[in-house]
Amino acid sequence: MSPMDLPLLSRRAALFGGTALALPPLTLLPLGKLARAQSSVVDITRARTDPIPIALPDFAGAGDAGRYGRDIMRVIANNLRNSGLFRPVERAAYIQSAEAAAQTPRFQDWRVIGAQALVTGRVQDQGGQLRVEFRLWDVLPEAQLEGTLLSAATANWRRIGHLISDVIYERLLGEKGYFDTRVVYVSETGPRDRRVRRLAIMDQDGENHRFLTDGTFQVLTPRFHPNAQQIAFMSYFRNEPRVYLFNLESGRQEVLGNFRGMTLSPRFSPDGRSVILSSTRGGDANLYVVDLASRRERQLTSGGGLDVSPCYSPDGQQIVFNSDRGGDQQLYVMDAGGGNVRRISFGSGRYATPVWSPRGDLIAFTRFGRGGFAIGVMRPDGSGERILSEGWQMEGPTFAPNGRVMMYYRESPARDSRGNGYSARIASIDIAGFNERQVVTPTDATDPAWSPLLA
Amino acid sequence: MMKLKMLGVMGLVALLGACESTTETAQTGGGNVVTGPRPGSQEDLIASAGSDRVFFDFDQSSIRGDQRPTLEKQAGWMQRNAAVTVQVEGHADERGTREYNLALGQRRANAARDVLVASGVAGARISTISYGKDRPAALGSNEEAWAQNRRAVTVVR
Repeated sequence: MSPMDLPLLSRRAALFGGTALALPPLTLLPLGKLARAQSSVVDITRARTDPIPIALPDFAGAGDAGRYGRDIMRVIANNLRNSGLFRPVERAAYIQSAEAAAQTPRFQDWRVIGAQALVTGRVQDQGGQLRVEFRLWDVLPEAQLEGTLLSAATANWRRIGHLISDVIYERLLGEKGYFDTRVVYVSETGPRDRRVRRLAIMDQDGENHRFLTDGTFQVLTPRFHPNAQQIAFMSYFRNEPRVYLFNLESGRQEVLGNFRGMTLSPRFSPDGRSVILSSTRGGDANLYVVDLASRRERQLTSGGGLDVSPCYSPDGQQIVFNSDRGGDQQLYVMDAGGGNVRRISFGSGRYATPVWSPRGDLIAFTRFGRGGFAIGVMRPDGSGERILSEGWQMEGPTFAPNGRVMMYYRESPARDSRGNGYSARIASIDIAGFNERQVVTPTDATDPAWSPLLA
Repeated sequence: MMKLKMLGVMGLVALLGACESTTETAQTGGGNVVTGPRPGSQEDLIASAGSDRVFFDFDQSSIRGDQRPTLEKQAGWMQRNAAVTVQVEGHADERGTREYNLALGQRRANAARDVLVASGVAGARISTISYGKDRPAALGSNEEAWAQNRRAVTVVR
């Protein structure tokens, strides 16, 4: 599929613009029952919480609408379960029918099967347009927490599921969700000495998978622009490794900057107006920032050493990066203008691929040494280091937009001299260090980058 | 024939221009007889310098003493084949992170290039490129494979 076939994000945004309306509460509910039930809000910064038991009967609907109702609920259930923070109640235990619950929930029926929250809804198919009304209920106080009407082209039915998942997540956990997002990554096929690498993009749950490049030239390290419509990546087009921009709307690719040497490890600034990257000259690699409007470049670091993998703090005031200036790879933070450089990693081993959490409170990294590789987090001053996952080889953490979940890629070693047994797969994990799971991709997969929220 | 066999092993390298035959043959009564690699070809470089590549220690980019003679012989061959231009490819083993290894591969390619230039080859005849850890020559996941993958390869263009 060519990039031109991608649905346009701006068009999607327009479709959703103004159509996610707050529903008036059902008239049969006394107004008093609408009180916001703060008891359900769980502090997710705690290391680990018991998952919230939630009942998810299919959205009601006639004919095709009913089929969409089931499919949308499957998307929602999958999202909530995979977050590790919700436990969908076993469907076989449901007493009240989905249709009846969509009319009026009989709360005792949901209470006795252990549901703390209940989601009900109804789908109408209005000729190519789906209209979905959904309600989130707090079962114990018998209160409606949320009522929302959404409409979108039927082709976008999955996004309706993701948007509803985000509403449920935010309402019950008190923090923005991350389900209405996409992931761009490098798809890898073939033997490692003749690897074919293609940019690929998928929804956060692995669906709607598409290739963005055809593999005729090698690509690496894609990163999202803060508006999710543009990607910066590295390409070996014409055998000249350079940072490129890829516009998801037009499919247009263009080289960034006028550098004589290789450019690598791009990342957008939080305001989306510039790209920070590394450029090699002689035996060194230094950091530069390229203004996207003027295309002017400004050098931020100089001197001996390899400076790579820069990433801005969410407020744009600081930059964390990887350098071997002190002898081996360690993490450094500096002011956005390039001054006040200080080292922040002091544990055992080498540190690499730092990324700043969208919340600003943590920096995730790869650490490696004799014992293998690990993904961890530390505070921006280097304190409070925590290892989340370890393995033979893993690297490249990327944060979900709410800073609660990360993806990275994990490799398994070759068993023999022909490379059999080698594999590379994307994994996700809660930053509290639990719920590690493999993200299903059709091929080997490396260099994941998580988009911002699309809506 | 022995010589050819050895070349085959060295040819493990994914040679960019390897699709076309670079071996000169002469017609005799009995059939094709190999007379040696075509002058100025990759095989000619390997036959003349002993190897088209030098190896590095872990996370190092300085040219080891035992590797320097290979580069000096490559430089001598380039001086005898004045029309040839080369690209030096820098590579790293898999035991590192991708972006850093891209920069490290570039630094290795540069270090090899510097020796060629110091040995009398015009800098304009040598370009460099890095593939980082992403184009290994040996596919195993052990020290033996990693030692072969930490390399700079001189490729005739």
